[in-house]
Amino acid sequence: MIGKQVRKWSSIFSIALAIVPDLVIPDSALQPQTEKAWFLLFLYILGGIFLLLCILSFFHKGLSKFLEKNGPLIAGGILVLNIVNIVCSKFALLPVLFFPSLDRVFGVFINDRALMVECILSSGKLLIIGFGIGAVLGFITGILIGFNKHIAYWVNPLTKMIGPIPATSWSPLVLSLFSTSYQAAVFMIALAVWFPVTVMTSSGIQNVQQTYFEVADTLGAGRLYKVFRVGVPAAMPSIFLGLFYATTGSFVTLVTAEMLGCKSGIGWYLNWQKSMMLYANVYAGLILLAVLCNLIIKLLFLLKDRLLIWQKGVIKW
Amino acid sequence: MVGEIKIENVGKHFENPDGTTLTALKDVNFEVKAGSFISLIGPSGCGKTTLLRAIAGLNLADEGKVLLDGEPVSKPGHERGFAFQQANLYPWLTIEKNISFGLRARGIYKTNKEEVSKYIEMVGLKGFERAYPHQLSGGMNQRASLARALVGHPKVLLLDEPLGALDAFTRMNMQDEILRIWKEHNMTMIMVTHDVDEAVYLSDQVVIMTPRPAKIEQVIDIKLGRPRARGNHDFLKYRTKILEILNYAGENKEPEYYL
Repeated sequence: MIGKQVRKWSSIFSIALAIVPDLVIPDSALQPQTEKAWFLLFLYILGGIFLLLCILSFFHKGLSKFLEKNGPLIAGGILVLNIVNIVCSKFALLPVLFFPSLDRVFGVFINDRALMVECILSSGKLLIIGFGIGAVLGFITGILIGFNKHIAYWVNPLTKMIGPIPATSWSPLVLSLFSTSYQAAVFMIALAVWFPVTVMTSSGIQNVQQTYFEVADTLGAGRLYKVFRVGVPAAMPSIFLGLFYATTGSFVTLVTAEMLGCKSGIGWYLNWQKSMMLYANVYAGLILLAVLCNLIIKLLFLLKDRLLIWQKGVIKW
Repeated sequence: MVGEIKIENVGKHFENPDGTTLTALKDVNFEVKAGSFISLIGPSGCGKTTLLRAIAGLNLADEGKVLLDGEPVSKPGHERGFAFQQANLYPWLTIEKNISFGLRARGIYKTNKEEVSKYIEMVGLKGFERAYPHQLSGGMNQRASLARALVGHPKVLLLDEPLGALDAFTRMNMQDEILRIWKEHNMTMIMVTHDVDEAVYLSDQVVIMTPRPAKIEQVIDIKLGRPRARGNHDFLKYRTKILEILNYAGENKEPEYYL
Protein backbone atom coordinates (compact mmCIF):
# COMPACT_ATOMS: atom_id res chain seq x y z
CA MET A 1 0.00 0.00 0.00
CA ILE A 2 2.78 2.40 1.01
CA GLY A 3 4.89 1.23 -1.92
CA LYS A 4 2.09 2.16 -4.32
CA GLN A 5 1.80 5.64 -2.85
CA VAL A 6 5.57 6.12 -3.09
CA ARG A 7 5.52 5.10 -6.75
CA LYS A 8 2.63 7.43 -7.39
CA TRP A 9 4.18 10.49 -5.76
CA SER A 10 7.77 9.79 -6.83
CA SER A 11 7.46 12.02 -9.90
CA ILE A 12 6.47 15.01 -7.77
CA PHE A 13 9.28 14.30 -5.36
CA SER A 14 11.76 14.17 -8.25
CA ILE A 15 10.44 17.44 -9.68
CA ALA A 16 10.87 19.12 -6.28
CA LEU A 17 14.35 17.67 -6.09
CA ALA A 18 15.15 19.36 -9.41
CA ILE A 19 13.60 22.70 -8.48
CA VAL A 20 15.65 23.12 -5.28
CA PRO A 21 19.18 23.13 -6.82
CA ASP A 22 17.97 25.28 -9.72
CA LEU A 23 16.82 27.92 -7.24
CA VAL A 24 19.72 27.61 -4.79
CA ILE A 25 22.76 27.32 -7.06
CA PRO A 26 23.42 30.34 -9.31
CA ASP A 27 23.88 29.75 -13.05
CA SER A 28 27.45 29.58 -14.30
CA ALA A 29 28.67 32.83 -15.81
CA LEU A 30 29.99 30.84 -18.79
CA GLN A 31 26.47 29.96 -20.00
CA PRO A 32 24.73 32.70 -21.99
CA GLN A 33 21.75 34.10 -20.09
CA THR A 34 18.21 33.48 -21.24
CA GLU A 35 15.40 36.02 -20.88
CA LYS A 36 13.49 33.63 -18.59
CA ALA A 37 14.37 30.55 -16.54
CA TRP A 38 12.63 28.25 -19.02
CA PHE A 39 13.68 25.00 -17.39
CA LEU A 40 12.38 26.18 -14.02
CA LEU A 41 9.14 27.22 -15.69
CA PHE A 42 8.93 23.77 -17.30
CA LEU A 43 9.42 22.14 -13.90
CA TYR A 44 6.73 24.31 -12.31
CA ILE A 45 4.21 23.46 -15.03
CA LEU A 46 5.07 19.75 -14.94
CA GLY A 47 4.91 19.77 -11.14
CA GLY A 48 1.52 21.45 -11.26
CA ILE A 49 0.19 18.92 -13.75
CA PHE A 50 1.39 15.94 -11.73
CA LEU A 51 0.11 17.38 -8.46
CA LEU A 52 -3.30 17.71 -10.07
CA LEU A 53 -3.11 14.17 -11.49
CA CYS A 54 -2.08 12.74 -8.12
CA ILE A 55 -4.99 14.44 -6.38
CA LEU A 56 -7.45 13.35 -9.08
CA SER A 57 -6.11 9.80 -8.85
CA PHE A 58 -7.82 9.40 -5.49
CA PHE A 59 -11.11 9.47 -7.37
CA HIS A 60 -10.07 7.66 -10.54
CA LYS A 61 -8.78 4.07 -10.54
CA GLY A 62 -7.32 4.14 -14.04
CA LEU A 63 -5.36 7.30 -13.40
CA SER A 64 -4.06 5.83 -10.16
CA LYS A 65 -2.85 2.72 -12.00
CA PHE A 66 -1.18 4.87 -14.65
CA LEU A 67 0.72 6.89 -12.04
CA GLU A 68 1.74 3.82 -10.08
CA LYS A 69 3.12 2.29 -13.25
CA ASN A 70 4.80 5.30 -14.81
CA GLY A 71 5.66 7.40 -11.72
CA PRO A 72 9.17 6.00 -11.14
CA LEU A 73 9.99 6.24 -14.86
CA ILE A 74 9.01 9.90 -15.01
CA ALA A 75 10.90 10.53 -11.76
CA GLY A 76 13.97 8.93 -13.31
CA GLY A 77 13.68 11.09 -16.40
CA ILE A 78 13.42 14.24 -14.33
CA LEU A 79 16.43 13.11 -12.28
CA VAL A 80 18.50 12.85 -15.46
CA LEU A 81 17.42 16.39 -16.46
CA ASN A 82 18.26 17.53 -12.94
CA ILE A 83 21.81 16.16 -13.22
CA VAL A 84 22.22 17.64 -16.71
CA ASN A 85 21.03 20.98 -15.35
CA ILE A 86 23.55 20.92 -12.50
CA VAL A 87 26.44 19.79 -14.68
CA CYS A 88 25.78 22.11 -17.62
CA SER A 89 24.01 25.21 -16.32
CA LYS A 90 25.16 25.45 -12.75
CA PHE A 91 28.82 24.46 -12.92
CA ALA A 92 29.47 24.44 -16.70
CA LEU A 93 31.61 21.32 -16.33
CA LEU A 94 31.30 20.57 -20.06
CA PRO A 95 32.12 22.91 -22.99
CA VAL A 96 29.22 25.35 -23.10
CA LEU A 97 29.18 25.51 -26.90
CA PHE A 98 28.24 21.84 -27.26
CA PHE A 99 26.37 21.50 -23.99
CA PRO A 100 23.99 24.45 -23.68
CA SER A 101 21.97 25.01 -20.53
CA LEU A 102 18.52 23.46 -20.37
CA ASP A 103 17.09 26.98 -20.09
CA ARG A 104 18.35 27.65 -23.59
CA VAL A 105 17.12 24.32 -24.97
CA PHE A 106 13.66 24.77 -23.53
CA GLY A 107 13.65 28.39 -24.60
CA VAL A 108 13.97 27.30 -28.24
CA PHE A 109 10.54 25.71 -28.11
CA ILE A 110 9.11 29.10 -27.08
CA ASN A 111 11.14 31.43 -29.26
CA ASP A 112 11.21 29.29 -32.41
CA ARG A 113 7.70 27.94 -32.07
CA ALA A 114 6.29 29.39 -35.28
CA LEU A 115 9.18 28.01 -37.32
CA MET A 116 8.95 24.65 -35.55
CA VAL A 117 5.24 24.28 -36.31
CA GLU A 118 6.01 25.04 -39.94
CA CYS A 119 8.80 22.43 -39.87
CA ILE A 120 6.53 19.81 -38.33
CA LEU A 121 3.91 20.43 -41.00
CA SER A 122 6.31 20.21 -43.92
CA SER A 123 8.15 17.20 -42.49
CA GLY A 124 4.79 15.59 -41.78
CA LYS A 125 3.72 16.10 -45.38
CA LEU A 126 6.97 14.62 -46.67
CA LEU A 127 6.68 11.68 -44.30
CA ILE A 128 3.07 10.93 -45.16
CA ILE A 129 3.76 10.97 -48.91
CA GLY A 130 6.97 8.96 -48.65
CA PHE A 131 5.64 6.56 -46.04
CA GLY A 132 2.41 6.03 -47.94
CA ILE A 133 4.15 5.24 -51.23
CA GLY A 134 6.74 3.02 -49.54
CA ALA A 135 4.21 1.13 -47.44
CA VAL A 136 1.82 0.45 -50.33
CA LEU A 137 4.63 -0.66 -52.66
CA GLY A 138 6.20 -2.73 -49.88
CA PHE A 139 2.88 -4.41 -49.17
CA ILE A 140 2.39 -5.24 -52.84
CA THR A 141 5.96 -6.51 -53.30
CA GLY A 142 5.70 -8.55 -50.09
CA ILE A 143 2.49 -10.21 -51.23
CA LEU A 144 3.94 -10.99 -54.66
CA ILE A 145 7.09 -12.50 -53.15
CA GLY A 146 5.07 -14.35 -50.54
CA PHE A 147 2.71 -15.99 -52.99
CA ASN A 148 4.59 -16.37 -56.24
CA LYS A 149 7.68 -18.58 -56.38
CA HIS A 150 8.93 -17.08 -59.65
CA ILE A 151 8.68 -13.52 -58.37
CA ALA A 152 10.34 -14.62 -55.12
CA TYR A 153 13.20 -16.14 -57.13
CA TRP A 154 13.93 -12.94 -59.02
CA VAL A 155 12.96 -10.23 -56.56
CA ASN A 156 14.20 -11.72 -53.28
CA PRO A 157 17.90 -11.33 -54.12
CA LEU A 158 17.20 -7.78 -55.19
CA THR A 159 15.57 -6.86 -51.89
CA LYS A 160 18.42 -8.57 -50.06
CA MET A 161 20.96 -6.48 -51.99
CA ILE A 162 19.14 -3.16 -51.76
CA GLY A 163 17.73 -3.60 -48.26
CA PRO A 164 20.85 -3.28 -46.12
CA ILE A 165 22.04 -0.15 -47.95
CA PRO A 166 20.85 2.91 -46.02
CA ALA A 167 18.33 4.76 -48.16
CA THR A 168 20.25 7.98 -47.61
CA SER A 169 23.37 6.69 -49.30
CA TRP A 170 21.49 6.75 -52.61
CA SER A 171 21.43 10.54 -52.51
CA PRO A 172 23.97 11.20 -55.33
CA LEU A 173 22.14 8.85 -57.70
CA VAL A 174 18.71 9.97 -56.58
CA LEU A 175 19.51 13.65 -57.10
CA SER A 176 20.46 13.05 -60.70
CA LEU A 177 17.41 10.84 -61.33
CA PHE A 178 14.73 13.17 -60.04
CA SER A 179 14.02 16.63 -61.33
CA THR A 180 13.34 18.16 -57.92
CA SER A 181 15.02 17.56 -54.59
CA TYR A 182 11.58 17.12 -53.03
CA GLN A 183 10.92 14.11 -55.25
CA ALA A 184 14.33 12.80 -54.28
CA ALA A 185 13.47 13.15 -50.59
CA VAL A 186 10.14 11.37 -51.10
CA PHE A 187 11.92 8.58 -52.96
CA MET A 188 14.47 8.02 -50.21
CA ILE A 189 11.84 7.87 -47.47
CA ALA A 190 9.71 5.56 -49.59
CA LEU A 191 12.75 3.32 -50.11
CA ALA A 192 13.50 3.27 -46.38
CA VAL A 193 9.90 2.22 -45.70
CA TRP A 194 9.60 -0.17 -48.63
CA PHE A 195 12.31 -2.55 -47.51
CA PRO A 196 11.12 -3.51 -44.00
CA VAL A 197 7.49 -3.64 -45.12
CA THR A 198 8.38 -5.92 -48.05
CA VAL A 199 10.50 -8.26 -45.97
CA MET A 200 8.09 -8.53 -43.06
CA THR A 201 5.06 -8.94 -45.35
CA SER A 202 6.64 -11.70 -47.43
CA SER A 203 8.11 -13.55 -44.47
CA GLY A 204 4.81 -13.21 -42.64
CA ILE A 205 2.99 -14.79 -45.56
CA GLN A 206 5.56 -17.52 -46.03
CA ASN A 207 5.25 -18.43 -42.36
CA VAL A 208 1.47 -18.84 -42.45
CA GLN A 209 0.77 -22.41 -41.47
CA GLN A 210 -0.03 -24.53 -44.50
CA THR A 211 -3.19 -25.96 -42.97
CA TYR A 212 -4.84 -22.52 -43.11
CA PHE A 213 -4.60 -22.66 -46.89
CA GLU A 214 -5.63 -26.30 -47.00
CA VAL A 215 -8.75 -25.50 -44.99
CA ALA A 216 -9.58 -22.77 -47.51
CA ASP A 217 -8.96 -25.22 -50.37
CA THR A 218 -11.37 -27.80 -49.01
CA LEU A 219 -13.97 -25.07 -48.47
CA GLY A 220 -13.80 -24.06 -52.11
CA ALA A 221 -11.93 -20.75 -51.83
CA GLY A 222 -10.30 -19.35 -54.97
CA ARG A 223 -6.72 -18.13 -55.25
CA LEU A 224 -7.35 -14.42 -54.68
CA TYR A 225 -9.66 -15.18 -51.80
CA LYS A 226 -6.92 -17.24 -50.20
CA VAL A 227 -4.38 -14.44 -50.67
CA PHE A 228 -6.48 -11.66 -49.18
CA ARG A 229 -8.68 -13.51 -46.70
CA VAL A 230 -6.18 -16.04 -45.37
CA GLY A 231 -2.61 -15.04 -46.20
CA VAL A 232 -2.82 -11.32 -45.50
CA PRO A 233 -4.75 -11.47 -42.21
CA ALA A 234 -2.53 -14.28 -40.93
CA ALA A 235 0.55 -12.21 -41.82
CA MET A 236 -0.88 -9.01 -40.27
CA PRO A 237 1.17 -9.15 -37.02
CA SER A 238 4.34 -9.47 -39.06
CA ILE A 239 3.25 -6.68 -41.44
CA PHE A 240 2.74 -4.38 -38.48
CA LEU A 241 6.19 -5.20 -37.19
CA GLY A 242 7.49 -4.12 -40.61
CA LEU A 243 5.56 -0.85 -40.30
CA PHE A 244 7.14 -0.19 -36.89
CA TYR A 245 10.65 -0.74 -38.26
CA ALA A 246 9.69 1.46 -41.19
CA THR A 247 8.58 4.30 -38.92
CA THR A 248 11.93 4.59 -37.19
CA GLY A 249 13.72 4.08 -40.51
CA SER A 250 11.73 6.86 -42.14
CA PHE A 251 12.70 9.31 -39.38
CA VAL A 252 16.37 8.46 -39.77
CA THR A 253 16.07 9.06 -43.51
CA LEU A 254 14.03 12.23 -43.06
CA VAL A 255 16.95 14.13 -41.56
CA THR A 256 19.25 13.35 -44.47
CA ALA A 257 16.57 13.62 -47.11
CA GLU A 258 15.79 17.16 -46.03
CA MET A 259 19.44 18.11 -46.44
CA LEU A 260 18.96 17.85 -50.18
CA GLY A 261 17.72 21.33 -50.82
CA CYS A 262 14.50 21.29 -48.80
CA LYS A 263 13.62 24.73 -47.43
CA SER A 264 11.69 23.53 -44.43
CA GLY A 265 11.24 20.54 -42.14
CA ILE A 266 12.72 19.18 -38.94
CA GLY A 267 15.69 17.62 -40.70
CA TRP A 268 16.35 20.85 -42.53
CA TYR A 269 16.06 22.73 -39.21
CA LEU A 270 18.57 20.41 -37.54
CA ASN A 271 21.09 20.77 -40.34
CA TRP A 272 20.69 24.51 -40.53
CA GLN A 273 21.10 25.02 -36.79
CA LYS A 274 24.06 22.65 -36.69
CA SER A 275 25.85 24.60 -39.41
CA MET A 276 25.28 27.76 -37.38
CA MET A 277 26.64 26.00 -34.26
CA LEU A 278 23.41 26.70 -32.37
CA TYR A 279 23.43 23.49 -30.40
CA ALA A 280 20.57 24.47 -28.11
CA ASN A 281 18.35 24.54 -31.18
CA VAL A 282 19.79 21.25 -32.39
CA TYR A 283 18.90 19.57 -29.11
CA ALA A 284 15.42 21.05 -29.21
CA GLY A 285 15.03 19.70 -32.74
CA LEU A 286 16.19 16.25 -31.64
CA ILE A 287 13.69 16.21 -28.80
CA LEU A 288 10.97 17.20 -31.23
CA LEU A 289 12.01 14.40 -33.61
CA ALA A 290 11.96 11.79 -30.85
CA VAL A 291 8.57 12.92 -29.53
CA LEU A 292 7.02 12.88 -33.02
CA CYS A 293 8.42 9.44 -33.86
CA ASN A 294 7.02 8.00 -30.64
CA LEU A 295 3.69 9.68 -31.26
CA ILE A 296 3.41 8.02 -34.67
CA ILE A 297 4.33 4.61 -33.25
CA LYS A 298 1.72 5.14 -30.56
CA LEU A 299 -0.88 5.85 -33.25
CA LEU A 300 0.19 2.76 -35.19
CA PHE A 301 -0.24 0.72 -32.03
CA LEU A 302 -3.77 2.01 -31.57
CA LEU A 303 -4.50 1.00 -35.17
CA LYS A 304 -2.89 -2.41 -34.59
CA ASP A 305 -4.95 -3.06 -31.46
CA ARG A 306 -8.03 -2.25 -33.50
CA LEU A 307 -7.15 -4.55 -36.39
CA LEU A 308 -5.53 -7.34 -34.40
CA ILE A 309 -8.07 -7.54 -31.63
CA TRP A 310 -7.91 -11.32 -32.07
CA GLN A 311 -4.38 -11.49 -30.77
CA LYS A 312 -3.81 -8.79 -28.24
CA GLY A 313 -0.23 -8.26 -27.16
CA VAL A 314 1.39 -10.41 -29.85
CA ILE A 315 3.81 -7.67 -30.88
CA LYS A 316 6.06 -6.37 -28.13
CA TRP A 317 7.88 -3.12 -28.79
CA MET B 1 -27.74 -40.65 -54.16
CA VAL B 2 -24.35 -39.05 -54.62
CA GLY B 3 -21.07 -39.33 -52.79
CA GLU B 4 -19.70 -42.62 -54.04
CA ILE B 5 -15.93 -42.98 -53.80
CA LYS B 6 -13.87 -45.44 -55.78
CA ILE B 7 -10.19 -45.91 -55.07
CA GLU B 8 -8.36 -47.72 -57.86
CA ASN B 9 -4.76 -48.92 -57.54
CA VAL B 10 -3.75 -45.84 -55.61
CA GLY B 11 -0.07 -45.47 -54.80
CA LYS B 12 1.87 -42.63 -53.23
CA HIS B 13 5.58 -42.15 -52.73
CA PHE B 14 7.55 -39.58 -50.79
CA GLU B 15 11.15 -38.70 -51.36
CA ASN B 16 13.36 -38.84 -48.31
CA PRO B 17 16.00 -36.15 -47.78
CA ASP B 18 18.71 -38.78 -48.51
CA GLY B 19 17.24 -39.50 -51.95
CA THR B 20 15.56 -42.81 -51.17
CA THR B 21 11.84 -43.13 -51.79
CA LEU B 22 9.35 -44.06 -49.15
CA THR B 23 6.27 -45.89 -50.33
CA ALA B 24 3.38 -44.47 -48.34
CA LEU B 25 0.66 -46.32 -50.24
CA LYS B 26 0.74 -49.17 -52.71
CA ASP B 27 -2.06 -50.72 -54.78
CA VAL B 28 -4.89 -49.56 -52.61
CA ASN B 29 -8.30 -50.56 -53.87
CA PHE B 30 -11.67 -50.15 -52.30
CA GLU B 31 -15.09 -48.69 -52.77
CA VAL B 32 -17.20 -46.57 -50.53
CA LYS B 33 -20.93 -46.75 -51.16
CA ALA B 34 -22.74 -43.45 -51.25
CA GLY B 35 -24.10 -42.56 -47.84
CA SER B 36 -22.08 -45.07 -45.88
CA PHE B 37 -19.76 -44.51 -42.93
CA ILE B 38 -16.24 -45.87 -43.31
CA SER B 39 -13.39 -45.82 -40.81
CA LEU B 40 -9.75 -46.16 -41.78
CA ILE B 41 -7.89 -47.64 -38.87
CA GLY B 42 -4.34 -48.68 -38.25
CA PRO B 43 -1.16 -47.79 -36.40
CA SER B 44 0.61 -44.55 -37.26
CA GLY B 45 2.63 -44.69 -40.45
CA CYS B 46 0.18 -46.97 -42.24
CA GLY B 47 -0.79 -44.28 -44.74
CA LYS B 48 -4.35 -43.69 -43.63
CA THR B 49 -4.02 -39.91 -43.53
CA THR B 50 -2.17 -39.99 -46.86
CA LEU B 51 -5.10 -41.85 -48.36
CA LEU B 52 -7.61 -39.43 -46.87
CA ARG B 53 -5.65 -36.46 -48.24
CA ALA B 54 -5.56 -38.12 -51.65
CA ILE B 55 -9.35 -38.39 -51.59
CA ALA B 56 -9.56 -34.73 -50.56
CA GLY B 57 -7.17 -33.76 -53.35
CA LEU B 58 -4.76 -32.07 -50.94
CA ASN B 59 -2.01 -34.46 -52.03
CA LEU B 60 -2.67 -36.22 -55.31
CA ALA B 61 -1.90 -39.91 -55.70
CA ASP B 62 1.15 -40.77 -57.79
CA GLU B 63 -0.46 -43.89 -59.18
CA GLY B 64 -4.03 -44.96 -59.72
CA LYS B 65 -7.19 -42.94 -59.46
CA VAL B 66 -9.58 -41.60 -56.89
CA LEU B 67 -13.08 -41.25 -58.31
CA LEU B 68 -15.96 -39.30 -56.83
CA ASP B 69 -19.22 -40.33 -58.51
CA GLY B 70 -17.15 -41.50 -61.46
CA GLU B 71 -15.19 -38.24 -61.82
CA PRO B 72 -11.45 -38.37 -61.08
CA VAL B 73 -10.30 -36.14 -58.21
CA SER B 74 -7.64 -33.64 -59.32
CA LYS B 75 -7.83 -30.86 -56.75
CA PRO B 76 -9.54 -30.00 -53.45
CA GLY B 77 -13.17 -28.97 -53.69
CA HIS B 78 -16.04 -28.04 -51.46
CA GLU B 79 -17.99 -31.19 -52.35
CA ARG B 80 -15.42 -33.07 -50.26
CA GLY B 81 -15.48 -31.47 -46.82
CA PHE B 82 -12.46 -32.04 -44.60
CA ALA B 83 -12.32 -31.96 -40.81
CA PHE B 84 -8.74 -31.65 -39.66
CA GLN B 85 -7.10 -33.16 -36.62
CA GLN B 86 -6.76 -29.69 -35.10
CA ALA B 87 -9.68 -27.30 -35.31
CA ASN B 88 -7.58 -24.94 -37.48
CA LEU B 89 -10.06 -22.10 -37.13
CA TYR B 90 -8.85 -18.76 -38.41
CA PRO B 91 -7.95 -16.86 -35.23
CA TRP B 92 -8.70 -13.48 -36.84
CA LEU B 93 -12.31 -14.39 -37.58
CA THR B 94 -15.21 -14.75 -35.19
CA ILE B 95 -16.87 -18.15 -34.82
CA GLU B 96 -19.70 -17.09 -37.13
CA LYS B 97 -17.30 -15.85 -39.79
CA ASN B 98 -15.18 -18.99 -39.48
CA ILE B 99 -18.17 -21.22 -39.98
CA SER B 100 -19.45 -19.20 -42.92
CA PHE B 101 -15.97 -18.87 -44.52
CA GLY B 102 -16.63 -21.42 -47.26
CA LEU B 103 -20.01 -19.93 -48.16
CA ARG B 104 -18.49 -16.44 -48.31
CA ALA B 105 -15.60 -17.70 -50.44
CA ARG B 106 -18.06 -19.22 -52.89
CA GLY B 107 -20.23 -16.09 -52.86
CA ILE B 108 -23.33 -17.88 -51.61
CA TYR B 109 -23.35 -16.55 -48.04
CA LYS B 110 -26.23 -14.09 -48.41
CA THR B 111 -28.67 -16.77 -49.53
CA ASN B 112 -27.52 -19.23 -46.86
CA LYS B 113 -27.41 -17.12 -43.70
CA GLU B 114 -30.10 -19.21 -42.03
CA GLU B 115 -28.15 -22.35 -42.79
CA VAL B 116 -25.17 -20.90 -40.90
CA SER B 117 -27.21 -20.15 -37.79
CA LYS B 118 -28.80 -23.60 -38.02
CA TYR B 119 -25.39 -25.28 -37.90
CA ILE B 120 -24.16 -22.98 -35.14
CA GLU B 121 -27.13 -24.05 -33.10
CA MET B 122 -26.65 -27.69 -34.03
CA VAL B 123 -23.08 -27.80 -32.69
CA GLY B 124 -24.18 -25.98 -29.55
CA LEU B 125 -22.42 -22.68 -30.15
CA LYS B 126 -25.43 -20.39 -30.14
CA GLY B 127 -24.49 -17.21 -28.30
CA PHE B 128 -20.81 -17.57 -29.21
CA GLU B 129 -21.16 -16.28 -32.79
CA ARG B 130 -19.13 -13.16 -32.11
CA ALA B 131 -16.46 -14.80 -29.95
CA TYR B 132 -12.96 -15.39 -31.27
CA PRO B 133 -11.52 -18.93 -31.29
CA HIS B 134 -8.97 -18.18 -28.55
CA GLN B 135 -11.81 -17.30 -26.20
CA LEU B 136 -13.36 -20.78 -26.46
CA SER B 137 -12.30 -24.23 -25.29
CA GLY B 138 -10.68 -26.82 -27.55
CA GLY B 139 -13.88 -28.83 -27.74
CA MET B 140 -15.94 -25.82 -28.75
CA ASN B 141 -13.40 -24.95 -31.43
CA GLN B 142 -13.49 -28.50 -32.74
CA ARG B 143 -17.28 -28.33 -32.94
CA ALA B 144 -17.06 -25.02 -34.81
CA SER B 145 -14.59 -26.61 -37.18
CA LEU B 146 -17.01 -29.46 -37.82
CA ALA B 147 -19.80 -26.98 -38.51
CA ARG B 148 -17.51 -25.16 -40.94
CA ALA B 149 -16.90 -28.38 -42.85
CA LEU B 150 -20.60 -29.27 -42.89
CA VAL B 151 -22.36 -26.02 -43.65
CA GLY B 152 -21.55 -26.17 -47.36
CA HIS B 153 -23.29 -29.56 -47.62
CA PRO B 154 -20.41 -31.63 -48.96
CA LYS B 155 -21.26 -34.93 -50.63
CA VAL B 156 -18.46 -36.56 -48.70
CA LEU B 157 -17.05 -35.60 -45.32
CA LEU B 158 -13.47 -36.63 -44.70
CA LEU B 159 -12.53 -36.72 -41.04
CA ASP B 160 -8.86 -36.89 -40.06
CA GLU B 161 -8.97 -37.88 -36.39
CA PRO B 162 -11.02 -34.78 -35.64
CA LEU B 163 -11.77 -36.02 -32.14
CA GLY B 164 -8.24 -37.08 -31.27
CA ALA B 165 -7.48 -33.99 -29.25
CA LEU B 166 -10.63 -34.12 -27.14
CA ASP B 167 -11.16 -35.60 -23.70
CA ALA B 168 -13.02 -38.90 -23.46
CA PHE B 169 -16.41 -37.45 -22.53
CA THR B 170 -16.48 -34.67 -25.09
CA ARG B 171 -15.31 -37.25 -27.56
CA MET B 172 -18.23 -39.61 -26.96
CA ASN B 173 -20.68 -36.73 -27.20
CA MET B 174 -19.12 -35.63 -30.47
CA GLN B 175 -19.34 -39.15 -31.86
CA ASP B 176 -23.08 -39.12 -31.28
CA GLU B 177 -23.22 -35.66 -32.83
CA ILE B 178 -21.42 -36.88 -35.94
CA LEU B 179 -23.78 -39.84 -36.25
CA ARG B 180 -26.77 -37.54 -35.98
CA ILE B 181 -25.43 -35.24 -38.69
CA TRP B 182 -24.62 -38.21 -40.89
CA LYS B 183 -28.13 -39.62 -40.61
CA GLU B 184 -29.78 -36.27 -41.12
CA HIS B 185 -27.84 -35.36 -44.25
CA ASN B 186 -27.18 -38.73 -45.79
CA MET B 187 -23.63 -37.91 -46.72
CA THR B 188 -20.72 -40.27 -47.16
CA MET B 189 -18.35 -40.24 -44.20
CA ILE B 190 -14.74 -41.42 -44.28
CA MET B 191 -12.99 -41.15 -40.96
CA VAL B 192 -9.38 -41.77 -40.03
CA THR B 193 -8.97 -42.95 -36.47
CA HIS B 194 -6.64 -44.95 -34.29
CA ASP B 195 -9.34 -45.69 -31.79
CA VAL B 196 -10.86 -49.14 -32.33
CA ASP B 197 -13.92 -48.41 -30.17
CA GLU B 198 -14.63 -45.27 -32.13
CA ALA B 199 -14.36 -47.15 -35.42
CA VAL B 200 -16.74 -49.91 -34.31
CA TYR B 201 -19.17 -47.48 -32.75
CA LEU B 202 -19.50 -45.27 -35.82
CA SER B 203 -18.86 -47.26 -38.97
CA ASP B 204 -20.67 -49.47 -41.46
CA GLN B 205 -17.28 -50.72 -42.56
CA VAL B 206 -13.87 -50.64 -40.91
CA VAL B 207 -10.90 -50.60 -43.27
CA ILE B 208 -7.85 -51.96 -41.46
CA MET B 209 -4.50 -50.78 -42.78
CA THR B 210 -1.04 -52.04 -41.90
CA PRO B 211 2.27 -50.24 -42.36
CA ARG B 212 5.36 -51.26 -44.34
CA PRO B 213 4.22 -51.89 -46.96
CA ALA B 214 1.26 -49.59 -46.43
CA LYS B 215 -1.75 -51.48 -47.65
CA ILE B 216 -5.26 -52.52 -46.77
CA GLU B 217 -5.17 -55.63 -44.62
CA GLN B 218 -8.85 -56.32 -44.38
CA VAL B 219 -12.26 -54.67 -44.63
CA ILE B 220 -14.73 -55.61 -41.94
CA ASP B 221 -18.47 -55.01 -42.19
CA ILE B 222 -19.91 -54.01 -38.85
CA LYS B 223 -23.32 -55.65 -38.80
CA LEU B 224 -24.71 -54.01 -35.70
CA GLY B 225 -27.93 -52.08 -35.38
CA ARG B 226 -27.96 -48.45 -34.37
CA PRO B 227 -27.76 -46.90 -31.83
CA ARG B 228 -24.94 -49.14 -30.68
CA ALA B 229 -24.07 -49.96 -27.10
CA ARG B 230 -20.37 -49.66 -26.38
CA GLY B 231 -20.33 -52.48 -23.84
CA ASN B 232 -22.48 -54.97 -25.75
CA HIS B 233 -21.15 -58.49 -26.43
CA ASP B 234 -21.21 -58.24 -30.24
CA PHE B 235 -19.55 -54.85 -30.05
CA LEU B 236 -16.70 -56.34 -28.05
CA LYS B 237 -16.40 -59.23 -30.50
CA TYR B 238 -15.80 -56.81 -33.37
CA ARG B 239 -13.36 -54.92 -31.22
CA THR B 240 -11.35 -58.05 -30.41
CA LYS B 241 -11.39 -59.14 -34.05
CA ILE B 242 -9.93 -55.85 -35.21
CA LEU B 243 -7.29 -55.90 -32.50
CA GLU B 244 -6.38 -59.46 -33.53
CA ILE B 245 -5.88 -58.42 -37.12
CA LEU B 246 -3.70 -55.55 -35.93
CA ASN B 247 -1.77 -57.97 -33.67
CA TYR B 248 -2.63 -56.12 -30.50
CA ALA B 249 -5.04 -58.66 -29.00
CA GLY B 250 -2.33 -60.49 -27.08
CA GLU B 251 -4.41 -63.69 -26.88
CA ASN B 252 -1.69 -66.23 -27.34
CA LYS B 253 0.72 -64.57 -25.01
CA GLU B 254 1.72 -66.38 -21.84
CA PRO B 255 1.42 -64.19 -18.78
CA GLU B 256 4.83 -63.28 -17.45
CA TYR B 257 3.76 -63.86 -13.89
CA TYR B 258 0.79 -65.27 -12.07
CA LEU B 259 -0.96 -63.79 -9.11
